Amino acid sequence: MITFTVNDETREFSGDPTTPVLWYLRDEMQLTGPKFGCGMGLCGACTIHLNGVAQRSCILPISAISGSKITTIEGLSKDGEHPVQQAWVEHKVPQCGFCQCGQMMQAASLLASNQTPSDEEIVQGMSGNICRCGTYPRIHKAIKSASKTIAGVEYYVPEKAGEKV
Amino acid sequence: MRSLIKVSSSSPSQTELKQGQANVGLGGVGRSKKHESADKQVAGEAIYVDDRPSLRGELHAAVGQSTQAHANIISMDLSAVKAAEGVIKVITVDDVPGHTDIGPVFPGDPVLAIGKVEYIGQPIFAVAATSYDLARKAVTLAKIEYQELESVLTVKDALAKQNFVRPPATMKRGDSDSAIAKAPHQLSGEIMVGGQEHMYLEGQVSTAEPTEDGGMNIFTSSQHPSEVQKLVAEVLDIPLNKVLVDMRRMGGGFGGKETQAAPWACIAALLANETKRPVKFKLGRMDDMVMTGKRHPFENNYTVGFDDKGQIKGINIEVNGNCGYSPDLSDAIVDRAMFHSDNAYFLDQAKVTGNRCKLNTVSHTAYRGFGGPQGMMTIEMVMDAIARHLGKDPLDIRKVNLYGEQGRDETHYHQTVEHNNLAEIISTLEESSDYQARRKAITKFNQESSILKKGIALTPVKFGISFTAQHLNQAGALVHVYTDGTIHLSHGGTEMGQGLNTKVAQIVAEEFQVDVDTVASSSARTDKVPNSSPTAASSGTDLNGKAAEAAAKIIKQRLIDFACETYQVTAEQVSFANSQVLVGEHMFSFAEFAQMAYMARVSLSSTGFYKTPKIHFDRATGKGRPFFYYATGASVSEVIIDTLTGEYKTLRTDILQDVGHSINPAIDIGQIEGAFVQGMGWLTTEELVWNEQGRLLSNNPATYKIPAINDAPEDFRVALLPDAPNREHTIYNSKAVGEPPFMLGMSVWSALKDAIASVADYKVSPALDTPATPERVLWAVEALKADGKG
Repeated sequence: MITFTVNDETREFSGDPTTPVLWYLRDEMQLTGPKFGCGMGLCGACTIHLNGVAQRSCILPISAISGSKITTIEGLSKDGEHPVQQAWVEHKVPQCGFCQCGQMMQAASLLASNQTPSDEEIVQGMSGNICRCGTYPRIHKAIKSASKTIAGVEYYVPEKAGEKV
Repeated sequence: MRSLIKVSSSSPSQTELKQGQANVGLGGVGRSKKHESADKQVAGEAIYVDDRPSLRGELHAAVGQSTQAHANIISMDLSAVKAAEGVIKVITVDDVPGHTDIGPVFPGDPVLAIGKVEYIGQPIFAVAATSYDLARKAVTLAKIEYQELESVLTVKDALAKQNFVRPPATMKRGDSDSAIAKAPHQLSGEIMVGGQEHMYLEGQVSTAEPTEDGGMNIFTSSQHPSEVQKLVAEVLDIPLNKVLVDMRRMGGGFGGKETQAAPWACIAALLANETKRPVKFKLGRMDDMVMTGKRHPFENNYTVGFDDKGQIKGINIEVNGNCGYSPDLSDAIVDRAMFHSDNAYFLDQAKVTGNRCKLNTVSHTAYRGFGGPQGMMTIEMVMDAIARHLGKDPLDIRKVNLYGEQGRDETHYHQTVEHNNLAEIISTLEESSDYQARRKAITKFNQESSILKKGIALTPVKFGISFTAQHLNQAGALVHVYTDGTIHLSHGGTEMGQGLNTKVAQIVAEEFQVDVDTVASSSARTDKVPNSSPTAASSGTDLNGKAAEAAAKIIKQRLIDFACETYQVTAEQVSFANSQVLVGEHMFSFAEFAQMAYMARVSLSSTGFYKTPKIHFDRATGKGRPFFYYATGASVSEVIIDTLTGEYKTLRTDILQDVGHSINPAIDIGQIEGAFVQGMGWLTTEELVWNEQGRLLSNNPATYKIPAINDAPEDFRVALLPDAPNREHTIYNSKAVGEPPFMLGMSVWSALKDAIASVADYKVSPALDTPATPERVLWAVEALKADGKG
C-alpha cells in the first residue's frame, strides 16, 4: 500500500507500483489539469509538484511518492488566485493552453525557491517546458509580474500546502 | 405557460455604465479581450478530448504499423493479437463496411492497408482493447510477412523516376528564358528546405460513441469536423446525418489536424461500430510523429538574370515538394509554394514549375503557411545571392525588387498586387530597428572579433489570403439570443488556441452592443453549422466572423422591425448601445427587449453565411486572382555565431506586421510572437531525419528539437502597423494573422548567412540548407574558409 496526499487529500494506492503518477491523477482522480504530452518527461505538460518541487508526472512511478505531497494545478490555489495564475491571465499567456498547466506549475516552483529570479534564471528554470504556440515572451513577462506580487504579498507556499484546509 | 427569467428593466447606473465602458465589453472589437478560455486554462479546467470523462464501456484503440517502406503484404497472422489480454476486437480493411479510401481530396489513403504498404508506420490493422496499455501491447504481437518492393526515398530519385502524386504544374509570365539570357548578370543555385513536425502538445485523439440509430458521435481534436463527419460516414457506409462531430478545442493544430485527424476518428468509429461500445483512439507521441504527415520538405532551384542595380529581369524557379506516399493536400500545398515563389518581389519575366514528388514516407500535409514558406525560401536565397554578387547590402537588393507601381505590380500568376504597403513597412522597420547603425556596428564587431561573428537581416513577407480551392472560401454561423439577453454562438470554425472564438464573440457583441462576456461560444458541431470548411489558411476570423456578423445582423434587423411596428418609430430611431436598446424616447435593457420580442413572437435565432468575393483561379492556365488580399509584414533579426562550433543565438528581433484594423491586438500580437518562434524553429533547430530504409529517426522530443524559452530572441519587439484598415471589405477591415508572421522567421536564417558571409568578407553568399542547425552553420563557415584558402 502506497500512501500519499494529492492536493491535501490523503490517498492510498495498492495497484501496480510502476504506474506513472500522471495516469493515476488523470484516470483515478479525474485531475485532468496535468496533460499527457510526450510520456517521456521531455515536454513538461504533465508537471506537478512533489513536496513543492516541480516534477514530470508522466515518468514518475507511483512507488516513488510514498509519504509525499502531490500538488496539481487544481490544488495550486482555490480559485485561480495564485499570483502565477493571475499573471498568466493578465499577460494573456495561453493560446491553445495545453502546456500551460505544466508551465504554471514549473513557474510556481521556480518562484517558490527564488522569489525574484533574474531574466537568466527564468530562462534557465523554464527551459524544460516546451510550448508549441510559442508563448515564451509572455511566459517570461508573466513570471516577472508574478514575482513582483509574490515578493510583496502572502501567497501559496508549496511546502506549507499541507497545513491548509 | 413558462414564465420568463426576471431581467432588470431599469437603466444601468452610472457605475454600471462606467464599468461597461471600462471592460468594453460593449462590442469589444478592436480591444484586447482575454481569450474566452483563459480562466479555465489557468485553472486546469479547460477540457480537451482526452480530458472528457470516460464513456460507459469505453475501449481503447491501437494500430499495427508497417515496418517496411514499400512492400506487398504476403500474409498476416493476427491470432496472437486476438488472443492477447484485454483485446475485444481486431479489424483489417476487410472489415470496413463502406469506403476503404479516406483520401481527403484525391484517393490514395487507405484507412487500413490494402494488400500493400507504402511507408513505415502505415496502419495495417486495428485493435480495440479494454485499456490503452493493453491495446498498444496487443498490436506488437502480429506476424506479418512482406515482399519488399523498391522504395523511393529521396526527391532526386522521385524526380528521376517521374514518381509524382499529382501532375506537375507551371505558372508563367513573359519569356523568362530570353530575359535571363539578356540580363547583365546571371546566377543559379539550389536549396534543400527541411520539413517540420507539428508537435502540437496535444497529440491526435478521437472518441467514437455509437448512437441508437446506427450512427456515430465523434469527439475529436480536428481542424475540419465536417471532413471527419464525411469520412466516418463513408467508412461506415451511413448517411452524413447519422454522424455528429463535436470539437470544443484543440491543444494545438498548426495544420496537422486539418486532414490528419480523420484517420484516427475513422478507425475509432469502425471499432465502435463493430463492438457497439465507445472507442477512444489516442496516439502516443512517438506513434503520432511516425504516423502523421509533416510540413513538406522541398528541394528548389533557380536561374536568375538581373541588372547592375540587382533588379531581377527574368527568373526560372523549380519547386519540388516531398509529398510522401499520397496526394493528401499536396496539390494545393505545392501550388501555394509556387504562388509564393515571388514572396514580396516583382519577378517580371518568370516561370515557376512545381513538382509533387511521391516518396515512400508518411504523407506530408498542411502546416502553417501551407507550402508558402518553402516557396519563399528560394527567392530570399536569390536576394542574398544577388547582394553578395554585386557587393551590396541584401536589404538594398530586397528594396529594389519589391512590387511597386503599375508595370511592377503583377505576379507570375497574373494577380495584381493592390494596396501594397511593403516599401512603407520596410522603411518604418528599418528606422525603428535602427538597422543602418546596427549594420555598421556589426561590420566593426566582425572586424575586431575573430571567432564570434554577428549578422543582421531584414526580410519581408507578403502572404496571399484565401483558400486556393475556391469553394472552401465560405462559412456559416448560428446565433441565438435567449430571453435573459445572453447570446449563444456557433460557427464553422475550430478553436486551436488562435483566439477564433474570442474574436467571433467580439464581433457578435459589437453588433448588439452588449458585453462580450454575455456571448457564449459552443463547440464546433456538425449538427449546428453544417458543411463547414477547415479552419485553415489563416481564414478563420475572415470567414466565420463575417458569417456570425451576418447572423447577428438578421436578428438585429428583426428587433428593429419589431421596435418600429410597436412604437411607431423609424429604423433610424432605434439604436443599440451599452447593452441597451433605445427606441425613440424609450430605453430598454437588451435582455428586456429580447423578452418583449419573444412575447411578440419574433424569432431570436438565425444562421448567417458568408462567401469571399472577387476570387477566381484557373489552374490550367495558371492565371487568376486566387487571393482576396495580401497580408504583409517584415522582421529584422540579429544573430551571433561561433565560427568554431557553429552554435548561435538570436540576439534581437523586431517585427512590424500589418493586421489591418485589429479585432483583438493582444491575440494578434500573440499570434505574431508565436508564429515567429515557430518559423524560426523550422529554419534552425527542427531537423527531420529518415534513415536509408525510410524510418523516421527524429521520432520524439529528444531527437527533434522545437524552440524552448531559451531559443526565443533575447530582445523581442513586435508592433502592429498602425492605422492600416484592410482596403478590402473584410470583417472590420482586419487582416488574417495566423500564418503570415510564420515566415518572418526567415530573417533569422538570412542573418545567420550574413554572419557566415563575414568570414569571407561578404564576397560569397554561403549555401545554407535548412534547418540551419549549428552543424550546418559550421559546415558553411568551413566551406567559406576553404574557398578563401583555395
